Amino acid sequence: MTEHTEQQGHPSTATYLIIAAILTIITLVEVGVFYVPALQGVMAPILLSLSSAKFILVVMFFMHLKQDHTLFAAIFTIPLLLALSVATALMLLFGVLLN
Amino acid sequence: MSDTALAHYTSTGLDSRKIAFWTFLGSECLLFGTLITTYLVYHGKSVAGPTTEILNIPLTSVSTFVLLMSSLAMVLALAAVTRGDALFARVWLATTALLGSMFLGFQAYEFTHFVHEGLTLQTSLFGSTFFVLTGFHGGHVFIGVVWLLTLLVRSFQGKLGPDKTLQVELSGLYWHFVDVVWIVIFTVVYLLR
Repeated sequence: MTEHTEQQGHPSTATYLIIAAILTIITLVEVGVFYVPALQGVMAPILLSLSSAKFILVVMFFMHLKQDHTLFAAIFTIPLLLALSVATALMLLFGVLLN
Repeated sequence: MSDTALAHYTSTGLDSRKIAFWTFLGSECLLFGTLITTYLVYHGKSVAGPTTEILNIPLTSVSTFVLLMSSLAMVLALAAVTRGDALFARVWLATTALLGSMFLGFQAYEFTHFVHEGLTLQTSLFGSTFFVLTGFHGGHVFIGVVWLLTLLVRSFQGKLGPDKTLQVELSGLYWHFVDVVWIVIFTVVYLLR
């Protein structure tokens, strides 16, 4: 049996439970990293990477962008990239990223 | 009338309501992107009142877990509606709404605590940007809970069969979007100080 059900090509219940478990573990790691003084210097890249992983997992599996038509992914991703670009530009403009 | 009868397919062969909803979520990316960026731009520039030291990480970690689990309940609700399982559709919709309400309860407690500690919308740049960002998110969660309860009522009325899958799917997309926004807020606002 594959990991996908026949209905609408959506993931199975087992897949959803695995994704939820991974999301929980990543959250625990995030909170753990926050409390480790030795990781203060590299906390930002670690936490942003973990947060991005959670974001992608939810969007791909719970919002079904992995199985859905690519047009939906494009409709969502283009404004998301635009928002990231605006955020980066504003932070550079106000010197946030240079501190 | 069933979703199938109401469906308006476009030249892409996709349901126009789903395309419209993804477009709406795209616009929401810009809204929350702006709010998060505003918080970051003014971060560390407050000259009065409490700032990030007031944030309660253990409490917020629990509320983050609650919201993540509500997303799991939401996909299980959609799966139940798709296969025509009315009982579990109700169970998972009610669970999602309950977990969403619990998240709002955590947020209400946090806001009340902050106000008692002297942090309000007017206190400082931190207060303004924090309450506007998390308040907007909380408002979205509240709308999501109302939407879920509406679907739950329709299920009890026998009006949420497999032919209404799209309605549950759209509410699920909204709910998961609210969840991913919180994933970003939790990291940027609470963990990255």
